Amino acid sequence: MFLEIRFHGRGGQGIVTAAEMIAEAAIVEGFYAQSIPLFGAERRGAPVSASTRISESPIRRHSQVRRPQIVAVCDPLLLYMKDVFDGAPEGAILVVNHKQEPQLEGFRVALIDATGIAVGNGLVSAGWAILSTVIFGAVSKVTGVISKETVLKVINSRWKGEVADRNRRAAASGYEGVKAW
Amino acid sequence: MIATGNHAVAYGVKAARAEVIAAYPITPQTQIIEKLSEFIEKGEMRAKFLRVESEHSAMAACIGASACGARAFTATSSQGLLYMSEMVFWAGLGSFPVVMAVVTRALAPPWSIWNEHTDMLTQRDAGWIAIMCESVQEAYDSSIQAFRIAEDRMVRQPVMFGLDAFSLSHTSERLELIGQEEAEAFLPAPEGGWKVIDFQDPTTYGNMAGPERMMEIRHSIMERVKDSARVIEEAASEFSRISGRGQAGLVEEYRTSGAEVILVVVGASSGDAKDAADALRDEGIRAGVARLRVLRPFPAEKIRAAVQGCRAVAVVDRDYSLGSGGIIGQEVASAIGAKPFNYIAGIGGRDLSVADFSGIAKDAISRAEAGEEGREIWWGIKG
Repeated sequence: MFLEIRFHGRGGQGIVTAAEMIAEAAIVEGFYAQSIPLFGAERRGAPVSASTRISESPIRRHSQVRRPQIVAVCDPLLLYMKDVFDGAPEGAILVVNHKQEPQLEGFRVALIDATGIAVGNGLVSAGWAILSTVIFGAVSKVTGVISKETVLKVINSRWKGEVADRNRRAAASGYEGVKAW
Repeated sequence: MIATGNHAVAYGVKAARAEVIAAYPITPQTQIIEKLSEFIEKGEMRAKFLRVESEHSAMAACIGASACGARAFTATSSQGLLYMSEMVFWAGLGSFPVVMAVVTRALAPPWSIWNEHTDMLTQRDAGWIAIMCESVQEAYDSSIQAFRIAEDRMVRQPVMFGLDAFSLSHTSERLELIGQEEAEAFLPAPEGGWKVIDFQDPTTYGNMAGPERMMEIRHSIMERVKDSARVIEEAASEFSRISGRGQAGLVEEYRTSGAEVILVVVGASSGDAKDAADALRDEGIRAGVARLRVLRPFPAEKIRAAVQGCRAVAVVDRDYSLGSGGIIGQEVASAIGAKPFNYIAGIGGRDLSVADFSGIAKDAISRAEAGEEGREIWWGIKG
């Protein structure tokens, strides 16, 4: 098994954290994993990307992910940008943060209202919904190799108290709520 | 656990119990010193953290600390390393066993924060031992070994170890730590055997040496840097034993046996080159990889042995000496006595993929088959 996932979002939404938590969860599940942030400066609101590799054998390469089997899109407006689909093969799974399914040919779409779940759990900072844990939950489910228990365990290792509760709820809703692909 | 390359270095420096850390922030290195200051603030690490106003002062402070017999560490990158340069030479030529992490980054202008090895290589003549890491784990492992090599009685020279900007510094990977007891057995508390400043017995240091003395001083440093090769290999094998993880010494050979083409590589993209070698072997092309883990002392004999009998040697340089050529390419040429196919690639952080390394290996073979002499090739340059 060699799985490559790429995340697209906007600076401040927490996609680098999501990419890293997926890698951590995969390691808990006994895999090798690596997470790579966008190589460069992060700016709030600007389009950013990050990626994760999961493998049964040690991962030696350090180049950028070029053929992601899963693409997570945290802002539906980014679906109008060509680089979101760069290298994604036909049949790749697109995890989209949206309320309604976008019209996209050649991809399998998994829908999740990540913004709604984040806001519902009070995960908002400076007016921005923080999507990291919802997307972490949703994409973990889509990989098919990460259990919900592992997702919650990774969250428990990062946050404590009431913040952990809210993130756990958000991740669980992401994990359970991701629809059809 | 999982950690970025930068955090792995901080964990390594903590395990090594550095006593003085003097540093100035610069992307993409800042996370190293942020994590270290966090360890110190939480009381997990006993060290003096000096917030200095420049990299030049950071190295000056490390030299001062080292002169008093302390274990000193700093980290920098690119413009910061150049600004520090005068003191880098002072540490090397003064034989202070300081350890430094260099997150390799392109030099400006134009402004860049992305990966390139030219910054670290500009300091290659400063009397430092220079290591380049391939993975997050190796960044941790090397940060501990660096102190042991620097402080060895037969060496007593500073050590820098490099990690590629972003592709290692900011990439998270599985990381195994060694126990504190093992770390201490591997690296006993500094006895300050290199202490030269003693307030009870004041002497001057760094004074003038005339032409009748200078040559001998340089000669003795030359011998110690050269002889450090053995200490580096010993540190690697001892660390392999305590960690249970195989450590590369000076040169790591991968599938070089019977290879018709060998990629000579450095740093984080060495793993991509190894994946390319596997893919090429599956296609029936006998490819191998020789990774230079240590650039100073330059392991000329090891690299000569690694590429012996191979039809095409492809040296990949992520650096350049303007008006001359790829820096590693020149060193390899001098070691093997022939100019290799020298690929200049990945400049300014341009991504180097498995497909790039496969392409480079195939290009080198076809040039060798056509009877071409070794030459320089800028890989992937846009017209």
